[in-house]
Amino acid sequence: MDMQWLFDWAQELYRETGINLTFIYDSFDRNRLARGFLNSVYISLICLAFSIVIGLVGAWLQGSKLVWTRRVVQGYIQFFRNTPPLVQLYFFYFAIGSLLPTVENRFGFQEPMLDNFTWAVISLSFFAGAFNVEIFRSGIEAVPESTVEAAEALGFNRLQIYIYIVMPLAFRVCLPALNNNLVNLVKTTTLAYAIAVPEMLYMANQIWSDSVNVPEMMTFLLVAYVLLVGVLVMGMHRWERAMRLPGFGQ
Amino acid sequence: MKTPFDHPALRTGGTDLPVLLPAAQRLQQQAERDRLVGGFLPRLTAKHGLWLLAILVLSSGVAAAQSGDARQPAYEVIFKWLPVLLTGFGFNILISFMAMAIGTLVGTSLGLMQISLLLPVRQGSWLVTQFFRNAPWLVLLFYCMFLLPFEFRLGGLVIPFPDWIKATIGLALPVMANVSEIVRGAIASIPSGQWEASESLAFSRRQTLWQIILPQCVKRMLPPWMNLYAILTMATVLASIVGVSEMMTQAGRVLAAEDRPDLLIPIYSFVLLCFFVYCYPIARFTVRLEQRFQVKL
Repeated sequence: MDMQWLFDWAQELYRETGINLTFIYDSFDRNRLARGFLNSVYISLICLAFSIVIGLVGAWLQGSKLVWTRRVVQGYIQFFRNTPPLVQLYFFYFAIGSLLPTVENRFGFQEPMLDNFTWAVISLSFFAGAFNVEIFRSGIEAVPESTVEAAEALGFNRLQIYIYIVMPLAFRVCLPALNNNLVNLVKTTTLAYAIAVPEMLYMANQIWSDSVNVPEMMTFLLVAYVLLVGVLVMGMHRWERAMRLPGFGQ
Repeated sequence: MKTPFDHPALRTGGTDLPVLLPAAQRLQQQAERDRLVGGFLPRLTAKHGLWLLAILVLSSGVAAAQSGDARQPAYEVIFKWLPVLLTGFGFNILISFMAMAIGTLVGTSLGLMQISLLLPVRQGSWLVTQFFRNAPWLVLLFYCMFLLPFEFRLGGLVIPFPDWIKATIGLALPVMANVSEIVRGAIASIPSGQWEASESLAFSRRQTLWQIILPQCVKRMLPPWMNLYAILTMATVLASIVGVSEMMTQAGRVLAAEDRPDLLIPIYSFVLLCFFVYCYPIARFTVRLEQRFQVKL
């Protein structure tokens, strides 16, 4: 696709009004910002996947017969629910990150075993996962024993009951809460800026440091995030309405 | 004669077996509450405070053991820097108070505009609300930090605009949007019979709103409003990223001045403890209010 007219227009805009949209006409800035945007989406997606896995495993562990397993999971939930995510991020990156051994990179320098991107993913996944554990557990709790018994009577085995009976019901119950979690997760990825992960906010910061176009970049950032989250919220609402359990709730 | 077919479930077509257990209801309410205030609510119990205190004491002990006898023990260091740290914490509370006040004032009027009879006003305020609800807090904070001037000149009068006021405004924007949603939600939760009844008693729209609807809304708005305050208080820490001298920044500076890695955990757990001591009573009070004002149907 030929985008030359857009680049020309942006340069024209800069000459005429002084509004400097470098991220349109300057290919270097454009690539940086695109990479930042993709990184934001990428972090959100990885964290989403990990947090769901953490949630499922945690919900399963919470149903354990061992008291200490349940207590550890409960402690994990309480810790991540009740502290600000920024503090968690700092805690992981600066406190735990500095305790881990360093490894030699290919230039012969010592570098930390896990880089800031990995720490951001770990910290945000655990943050979102803590909420998912509770969400999944309530969802599974919501399925009555009698439904499971009925399925047993019909000759379903345990796995089949889980896949065909419990999960479809539980998932629909969980969906609104899960969506809240996802939307929050996307908003929280901006915090990764604090440990210099090259996501959208960080890249925008770099661009405005180079070209001194703070107002343009800030406005772009705000609009981009609002659009990203807005589209997400709208899609999720649609999905929720489609998946709503008939006769439950309003 | 009573037959098995007299069972109420068979007459109404319903069934005694629950389709979903109360956990589903609970989860749904929780999701709605989270959605209203635009974030997850901390659920604090007294046990958390004890844990924090235990971590503080234990890590101070470890720090003392590691540092040998030559250096000050951790609690003395914290005590020495207490004025600095607590001034920072005072900033956190000041920012949260002011952001909440501004956000509530503007947000309430925005929420009332959302039920206006004029379509453009309704749509405009809806758009503003959704915009600021969907923007991440940190981005709004950056926006205000960088784009507000450091002073305003009104004729000869110079109004200084220090960074913490800018941070306050940046945090007030999302609060405003969420308060707007809380107000709209509370008004929508009043049964429409109330509107119709007051109309039949010849109340004007304004009288209905001020004398009948809003007094009932205050009760319903109070718990989510306080929840929002708890979230805001935790979010004031974000101001440290943009360089306001609040507690997190001060803690970092203290650590830099002391240059002792063994103090990392004691000082940060002290920061957490301060937040806990402040937020815990609010959280308890909110739970009490929620139980008392629970909407009975």
